[in-house]
Amino acid sequence: MENNKVKNILLVGVGGQGIILASEIMADVFMEAGFDVKKSEVHGMAQRGGSVSTHVRFGSKVFSPLIKEGEADIFIAFEELEALRYLDYLSPQPTILLNEQRLNPPSVSLGNQAYPEKISEILSGRSKHFKSVPGRELALQAGDARAVNIVLLGALCAILSIPEKIWTENILRRFSPKVERVNLEAFRLGRST
Amino acid sequence: MLSGNEAIARGAYESGAKVATAYPGTPSTEILESLSTYAGLHAEWSPNEKVALETGMGAAFGGARALVVMKHVGVNVAADPLFTLSYTGLRGGLVLVTADDPELHSSQNEQDNRNYAKFAKVPMLEPSDSQEAKDFTEMAFDLSEKFDTPVMLRTTTRVSHSKSIVLVGEPAEPTGKPQLVKDPMKFVMLPANARKRHPIVEKRMEELTRFAETFPGNLVEWGESKVGIITSGISYEYAKEVMPEASYLKLGMVYPLPQEMIRSFASRVEKLFIVEELDPFIEEQVRAMGIEVAGKNLFPLCGELNPGLVERGLRGLLQVPKEETYKNLPARPPIMCPGCPHRGIFSILSKMKLFVTGDIGCYTLGFLPPLSAIDTCVCMGASIGHAMGLDKALGEEALGKVVAVIGDSTFLHSGITSLLNVVYNKGAVTLIILDNRTTAMTGRQDHPGTGFTLKGEETSRVDLVKLSKALGVKHIKVVDPYQLASTERVIKREVRRPEPSVIISRAPCILSRRERTEQEKSFLVSPEACTGCRTCLRLGCPAIEWVKENGAGPEGKKRKGRASIESFLCTGCTLCAQVCKFGAIKESDGK
Repeated sequence: MENNKVKNILLVGVGGQGIILASEIMADVFMEAGFDVKKSEVHGMAQRGGSVSTHVRFGSKVFSPLIKEGEADIFIAFEELEALRYLDYLSPQPTILLNEQRLNPPSVSLGNQAYPEKISEILSGRSKHFKSVPGRELALQAGDARAVNIVLLGALCAILSIPEKIWTENILRRFSPKVERVNLEAFRLGRST
Repeated sequence: MLSGNEAIARGAYESGAKVATAYPGTPSTEILESLSTYAGLHAEWSPNEKVALETGMGAAFGGARALVVMKHVGVNVAADPLFTLSYTGLRGGLVLVTADDPELHSSQNEQDNRNYAKFAKVPMLEPSDSQEAKDFTEMAFDLSEKFDTPVMLRTTTRVSHSKSIVLVGEPAEPTGKPQLVKDPMKFVMLPANARKRHPIVEKRMEELTRFAETFPGNLVEWGESKVGIITSGISYEYAKEVMPEASYLKLGMVYPLPQEMIRSFASRVEKLFIVEELDPFIEEQVRAMGIEVAGKNLFPLCGELNPGLVERGLRGLLQVPKEETYKNLPARPPIMCPGCPHRGIFSILSKMKLFVTGDIGCYTLGFLPPLSAIDTCVCMGASIGHAMGLDKALGEEALGKVVAVIGDSTFLHSGITSLLNVVYNKGAVTLIILDNRTTAMTGRQDHPGTGFTLKGEETSRVDLVKLSKALGVKHIKVVDPYQLASTERVIKREVRRPEPSVIISRAPCILSRRERTEQEKSFLVSPEACTGCRTCLRLGCPAIEWVKENGAGPEGKKRKGRASIESFLCTGCTLCAQVCKFGAIKESDGK
C-alpha cells in the first residue's frame, strides 16, 4: 500500500453489534503501524438498535475524520440491510466484506415493510472484491456469538499488509484474559475465510 | 488516540483545574466522565447547567481553575450567570465548554453557540481536532486569567466524538493557592458596581481583538492557488481535505476576530471563501469590515458540513447524483430497549389516547410508532409547564385528557420549580415521573436521585415522594410500570383528579447493572395459541416479530400471521404476556 494516499474504511451496522469497539481497535492498530489516523462515528440517540456507521481513515496525514461520498475503499457491513443504506459512499471498486446477518428493523418486525432481498448479489455486482463472511457462525464456532466483530477484524487483517501481531496484541489488550482464547480463535477464523 | 472530549479533559487536567462541573448532554458527556478518572480535582455531575456554572464561578472566585461543561442548549440554562460573569471576571481561570450539535444527532435544535460569545462579550476558541482540543483548553485557561474573563471553548459533535492522535504532557504546577479574597466592587453586581464593570468589559474586548492578531491558534497557511479560505473548527479539516492547494486563514479564536490578519489575508488572494457550519457568524463580521466573500450562498445554513458538501461549494460542483436504486429502505430509528420500563407506561398512555406533554430523555422515543404517545417535547423540564398551560387554557375540557411525563434526572434538572408552580397556582395537572434511577439517554450517569456521585461514591439520595410532598402535592402514588393493570388503574384515576397529582413510576433502567441483578427468563409465543391479533406488537418491543403465514390459528380460525419472540433479545419483562388476551405468551423453560 502506498503511504501517501489516505485509506478509507467504512463500517456500518446496528447499535450493539460491536462496531464501535472494532473501529477503535482498528484505529489503534493503524496508529501503531505508524500511520496518522482519524476515526468518527455517526449514531443517533438510542443506546441500542439504531443504525450506526463509523469512518476510519489512515495514511501519512489525515484531515477530515469523515469519508467523502464515493471514496470508501473498504466497506465492512455488519448487517445486510444496513449495507444498502451506504452505497453512495463506496469507491468505484471497493473491497466489500458482508457479514451474513439480518436484523429486522421495527417496520419489518411489525410486518409493515419487507426486508430487502438479494443483498449479497447487489453487493457482489457492485465490486469484484466482494467477500461474504458468515460472522455469526464463525463467532459461535470460536465460542461466543458476540465475537462477530473480531471475526470481521480477522477478515480485514487478511486484506491489509499490517503485521498480524499488531492486530492480535491490540485485540487482547481490549478484553479480559478469560476470553483470550475465544477472541484469538475468532480472529483466526475471520482471517482464513 | 483520544476523542476531542477526552482531549479536553486531559487539557483541563494538565492545566491544573481544581473543580470541574457539568450536566450530562450529548455530545459533551464524556468530558467529565474522562476527567473523573484523574486524581487531584473535584469533578461532579451538577443537577443542571446553571448550578454547574455557578459552582465553577465560586471556585474561580476563590482563585482556582474551573472547567464547566455543557451541550449547546445547556448554555441557555446557564446563560443567566454567564452574562454577568462576563462583568465580574474572576480570579482563577474559568473555561466554559459548549458542545454544539450541528445536524441534531441528539438534540432538539442546532443553535450555533458562537453567537453566545458575541452576546456575552467573552472570547471563544474553537479546536478542529483532538490535539487542538487539548492545546486550546490549556490556552483558554491562560487567556482567562490574563484577560480576567471566562473563556468559551466550542466543540461540535464531530470534534467531540472523533478520535485522533494526541501528544500528552504533564500537569503544570498550580498557578497559585486558592484563597478567600474580599473584592465586593468586582463580585457584587449591584447596579452601581455593575455600571462600572461594563466599560471594563468593553475595554477587554478591544484588548482581546488586538491580542487575536498574535494568538498562536490563528494561523495563515499559504497555498499554491489564488484561492483563500477563512475557516475554523471541523470545517477547516473538510476544506483542507478537498482543496489542499488553497491558502488558509485558520481561526482558532472565533471571537473576537483578528481584523488586521483578515484584511491582509483577503488582500493577498483573488477569491475569498468562508467555510463555516450553521450560522454565517464569521461571514457577517468579515462583510461588516467591507470585504467581499463567498459563504452561505454556497454552503448550507442547516445541518453538518462534510467533505462532499464543502467540495461542491468550493469547486462549484453540482449535486452528485445519488444511487437511486435503494431509497425506500426500511428505516432503523433508535428505539426503547427490550425490557425498558418506559414501555409499560407508554403502552397505557397510548391505549388511553391521552395528550402527553413530554420531556427530554429516552422516553421521548415514546413518540415513535407503534406507541405514538408523546405530543410535545421542547426542552428540559417543559412537560410540566405545558400541562399547566393546557389546564389553565382549556379547563374542564382538558381534565382527564392530559398527562405530563418527565424522567427522574430531568425532573431534578428543572422540573421541581414547575411542579411547585402547579401546586401554587392550583393546576389540575397529573405528572408521571419516570424514575429509572439514572440519566439514561446520555449513557447512564448518576444524579441526585441515584445515591451515587460521578466518581461512584455513595451519597444521599433525594426521595421523590417526600420532595413532591414538600412542594405541596397531596396525591402521590408509586407504581411498578411492569404491572400494567394496576398502573393503568392509577393513571385513570389520577388524570381525572382536579388537583395536582404525581405518579412515580419506579423501575431501574434495563441497562443499569447496579440495580438489576436477577437473571431474567425469556418468553415465547405458542404458535398454536397465537390468533395473530397483533396486540403484543403494539408494544413496539424489538424482541417481538411478525411472522407472515397464511394459515389457521387456534380452533381453525384464519390468521395472516403470528407473533414470535426472539429469545436472545427478550429480557422477560412480561408485558407481552400481560397484554395477550389468549394466553399465548408463556415463560420459556430454559434460556
